[in-house]
Amino acid sequence: MSYATGARVLVRPGDPDHHTRVPGYLRGHTGEVIATLGRWPLPDDSARGITPPRVETCYAVRFSARDLWGSGDHTVTVDLWESYLDQP
Amino acid sequence: MTSPDETSTDETSTNETSGHHDLPAAARTRRLEERLIAAGLTSDDEIDEFLTGLYTSATPGNGARMAARAWTDPAYRDLLLSDGNAAAAREGFGELSYQLRVVANAEDVHNVIVCTLCSCYPVSLLGPSPGWYKSFAYRSRTVREPRAVLGEFGLKLPPEVQISVWDSTSEARYMVLPARPAGTGGLAADELAALVTRNGLIGTALV
Repeated sequence: MSYATGARVLVRPGDPDHHTRVPGYLRGHTGEVIATLGRWPLPDDSARGITPPRVETCYAVRFSARDLWGSGDHTVTVDLWESYLDQP
Repeated sequence: MTSPDETSTDETSTNETSGHHDLPAAARTRRLEERLIAAGLTSDDEIDEFLTGLYTSATPGNGARMAARAWTDPAYRDLLLSDGNAAAAREGFGELSYQLRVVANAEDVHNVIVCTLCSCYPVSLLGPSPGWYKSFAYRSRTVREPRAVLGEFGLKLPPEVQISVWDSTSEARYMVLPARPAGTGGLAADELAALVTRNGLIGTALV
């Protein structure tokens, strides 16, 4: 499933038992896609020596501090591979 | 693969109590180097050669030159913000091993870069990263309370300036384009570049 710029996306909750590039503080939170960064090998596969790794679109997703932490007026933008995301 | 003094034998462990995190960074680095050398993946000579090359060519002067050019050349600024790799190549840095994304400060927005997972950063354009950039404190606090962190760097932003934090978790590397300081109209390109600091390109200083 691909996401357009401006789409709201949910970071899949849960803690996989392998390497991943989803920071823990984002899991289960919703943000907005602000850019598409191209297609890159999925680190979860590369780190486990799975060849060939899945290659997926990576998105820059913006979160509001208030949503993440309950306070703060800043935003945090994080690059996330497609399979890290779901529809909210 | 493991030695008797290891406090954790789980290679994939991210457990904060594993003991590795209590070691100073240099000791952790050396332990990793020793593991890689023991596994036949590299050698001390190869590491030294790589680091010597890196320290010679990778300096914040590279990113500073690009920022200063963007201040005086609107077409270059557009390119820098839309295709960082192409803009780097124009300045002679054509072999970046990452996707470069440049984010511009403006009157109402200040950008700051962090890597919460490790310490990703565009080394070839900013030089080797400062120790604090790799510290647990900077990495954990910048996404949570950036205004306080920047204040500790001496950067007191007015409350109306929005802070935009970029957590680099992918193959992209981020660099901040600082705003051109007032009163610099008469300066030549190299004088403008000399104003730009590594902290300015990370976002922990204004310029």
